Amino acid sequence: MTRMFIAALFLFSTSAHAQGIPDTWPGILEKARGQTVYFNAWAGDENTNAFIAWAADRVREAYGIQLVHVKITLTSEAVARVVAEKAAGRHTGGSIDLIWINGENFLSLKEQGLLFGPFAQRLPHFALVDAAGKPTTVIDFTVPVDGMESPWRMAQIVYAYDSARLKNPPRSVAAMLAWARQNPGRITHPQIRNFLGSTFLKQALYELVEDPKILLAPATDADFVRVTAPLWRWYDELKPRMWRKGEQFPETGPAMRQLLADGEIDIMISFNPNEATTAIGKGVLPHTVRTYVLEKGTIGNTSFVAIPFNAAHKEGAMVVADFLLSPESQSRAMHPATMGNFTVLDLNRLTPADRKRFEELPRGVATLSAAELGRPLLEPHPSWMNGIVAEWERRYIK
Amino acid sequence: MGAPLHQVTPAVSRGSSALRLFPAVTLAVFLAPVAAGLVATALPAFGYLPALGGRELGLDAWRQLLATPGLAASVRLTLLTGVLSTVLALAVAIGFCSVMHDTRLFRRIQIVLSPLLATPHVAAAIGLAFLISPAGWAGRLVSPWLTGWTRPPDVAVVHDAAGLSFVLGLLLKEVPYLMLMTLSALNQLRASETLVTARALGYAPAAAWLKTILPQVYPQIRLPIYAVLAFSMSVVDVAVVLAPNQPPPLSVLLFRMFTDRDLALVFPAAAGACLQLLSVAATIGLWRAAEIVVSVASRRWLTGGAGETTGWPLRGAWAAIMAALVALSLLGTVALAVWSFAKTWFFPQALPAAWTLSHWSRHAPDLAGPGAVTLGTGLAAALIGLGLAVGCLQNERVNGLGSPTRALWLLYTPLLVPQIAFLFGAQMLLVRMNLDGTWAALVWSHLLFVFPYVFLSLADPWRSFDLRYRTSALALAGSSLRVFLRVEMPLMLKPALFALAIGFAVSVGQYLPTIFAGGGRFTTLTVEAVTLSSGNDPRVTGIYALAQAALPLAMYLLAIAAPAWCHRHRKGMG
Repeated sequence: MTRMFIAALFLFSTSAHAQGIPDTWPGILEKARGQTVYFNAWAGDENTNAFIAWAADRVREAYGIQLVHVKITLTSEAVARVVAEKAAGRHTGGSIDLIWINGENFLSLKEQGLLFGPFAQRLPHFALVDAAGKPTTVIDFTVPVDGMESPWRMAQIVYAYDSARLKNPPRSVAAMLAWARQNPGRITHPQIRNFLGSTFLKQALYELVEDPKILLAPATDADFVRVTAPLWRWYDELKPRMWRKGEQFPETGPAMRQLLADGEIDIMISFNPNEATTAIGKGVLPHTVRTYVLEKGTIGNTSFVAIPFNAAHKEGAMVVADFLLSPESQSRAMHPATMGNFTVLDLNRLTPADRKRFEELPRGVATLSAAELGRPLLEPHPSWMNGIVAEWERRYIK
Repeated sequence: MGAPLHQVTPAVSRGSSALRLFPAVTLAVFLAPVAAGLVATALPAFGYLPALGGRELGLDAWRQLLATPGLAASVRLTLLTGVLSTVLALAVAIGFCSVMHDTRLFRRIQIVLSPLLATPHVAAAIGLAFLISPAGWAGRLVSPWLTGWTRPPDVAVVHDAAGLSFVLGLLLKEVPYLMLMTLSALNQLRASETLVTARALGYAPAAAWLKTILPQVYPQIRLPIYAVLAFSMSVVDVAVVLAPNQPPPLSVLLFRMFTDRDLALVFPAAAGACLQLLSVAATIGLWRAAEIVVSVASRRWLTGGAGETTGWPLRGAWAAIMAALVALSLLGTVALAVWSFAKTWFFPQALPAAWTLSHWSRHAPDLAGPGAVTLGTGLAAALIGLGLAVGCLQNERVNGLGSPTRALWLLYTPLLVPQIAFLFGAQMLLVRMNLDGTWAALVWSHLLFVFPYVFLSLADPWRSFDLRYRTSALALAGSSLRVFLRVEMPLMLKPALFALAIGFAVSVGQYLPTIFAGGGRFTTLTVEAVTLSSGNDPRVTGIYALAQAALPLAMYLLAIAAPAWCHRHRKGMG
């Protein structure tokens, strides 16, 4: 009886605060005015920080919203806060309004019921998103987004290399191994628990697997061994020919970038097609660094923002998410001097004036065009990534 | 002053009820968050965390932890590097003191050490890594003209499999800390007079120090040694920069699990947190046992009389080791400072190819706000911590060891458990109390880590205070409070200010507590530094490392200068 009462109370309270959101967009704008939105976002990149600071200025001018960048080093710090608030019973008035999130953290939060939504379809600018041409804006790591997060920027795997030392980088996974045989110690990837570390293997699996379609369905115990066998054959050969003989790995992507800068390695993987250009501009990488993709294509995905279930300022968070989708914000984000991220929008749906903003953008010195990048491959189901990490540790950590 | 006076008026007989409140208040302030932290660590270890769907108690988390590849190697690495770095740090501190005591350098050593103490741990580690790694400054200075390297050799100098560079990185911070603690202990002893007597009896200087001073000093630095041991076995950020990572030390392994995208890993990670607590506690227990063995075994040598040679070559060796550590630490900071003005600096250039002020001009405006928050929070936490510690210790002096005082060891637990597990529980408590995101909560969460250091830095010197001063003063002045303010506090000023400076430095360095308790409402220099350093740009790291070091450095210099100034008219108290 008591339990039913509590359950009823819980239902009542959730529906009550879903109703708390105004029905119309002008109503949301009205309520958002004066709110302070706490945006928890990785702050390891000065350019992104500067972009968020610019967005804060713009939403204050345009919507009277105070946008605060809560700087974190790992998304899991924000996730832990949301979990702690749920565990402590705080169902409203949460301290996080908006999180910059990637696929797997999103799935965790979504599965645990820690997100507010669906809200993405209610954002006016969402209609401009190229959901057909860029399916990763609505399908995150093979799982439908269901409006529980709003796309922000496109990402795709590229490989960066120093053209002063390496003329023809290997454009397939097989060629990479052949190259490493002749140039031992010149390639590495971040440690396997870092997302770029497992991404390095995931990208290789895409090319080595017989039929990549199988990667879009969850991995089962039965097919995992069979499907990944060619990957391990390839990696067993590559590993001893990697930097530090494959015994040590850089902790993170930026740590790996430093190895490229110092000439310790010649090739590195990156999930940001503009990273090399930005790094050259800052003097972090030599000006001779260029990027390329593999012949059979590379995996792409989308960065999103999501709103925790208990966010105190959901209206303000929605307005910020919508602003991030505006042509003004998207074209600025795509400028190579700011962040250089490809847009999630369909340029054909923009007004001519807005389209011009994109067409007039300069291209970064080490950034590929959309055509050169090619259509991105879809992320495999997360279970493949988890399986690869576990199997890697089982095989190579003694 | 004769010994009898000490017995005639036992200070213990004059109780003070106000002082009795201190241990109780201290426990009340800390017990709830410490308990919440421990419960939040222990319950998920046994499967209970309803927010993530864990509703039944069981041992699955432990099974999963034990099945983690490389766990045994991680634990072994943690034990070896933890014990090795503590032994070496202690040996260097004691060796240096024993041969250098009463030299002019020794009297200035605090000033030399304070920049080392003030440098944030992780900045010292990054600086060291940049000096010694194959692509580092040392390699750049001799390449290619001497080595022939046009690109760095593929050799693991940092992240070496044995963890030696990690141990070296720990020494850079632990030796100065133990030196400081030793100096503050020496202040309580009449070391110079004792040494003069011992030498007059024919002991070589070093032997005189080891035989007459060390047995008095060691009990006073025991707790700081345990803190060093616990710190080496649980530190994450230094380990990430310097320690092997396949597999990493236990602390890093757990940190990766706690921050994994798969939230279910919280369960085995919590079990691992319990394992870490147990291993640190067991190691401290073994250390204590070893102390007893050593003290029994060395009794004959201690009382065996003079007879050793002068020990001059040793003197050079210990001084050289200390000089090398100081040089590594300072050069590392210089390297980061150079980076902060570098536009481009690639291997094998000995210095940046192009210089710029743009990093400083870009970040300088952002330093003021976080700097003010850092200063305010650090001062508040350190002062409250000092007040509570002095109160508890004075209560112990006046009223003896009561039951609440005995329970104070509980407050060391925040140092022994992985911060992230512990803070999760403390954070839940703050959320429930609706305090998270307030400045009070921020100070409170810093106090959890500041207080143990303040207390253990102060406890041993305080306890070894010569009670005859108090007794005589009480006989002359009568008022307990007056004696405390006019006699006891001035005599304890030096250790108290050092404890304050250490507490302040600990607060300045807190990252996770600021994120968790501050709820993103407060940005400190460390938050800026740590979040930006995840982008791994040494130039930005350099700016923030210098900014982070500046405030604690000022505090250490104050702790050195203030007693000297206050006591400038009193001989032998400077």
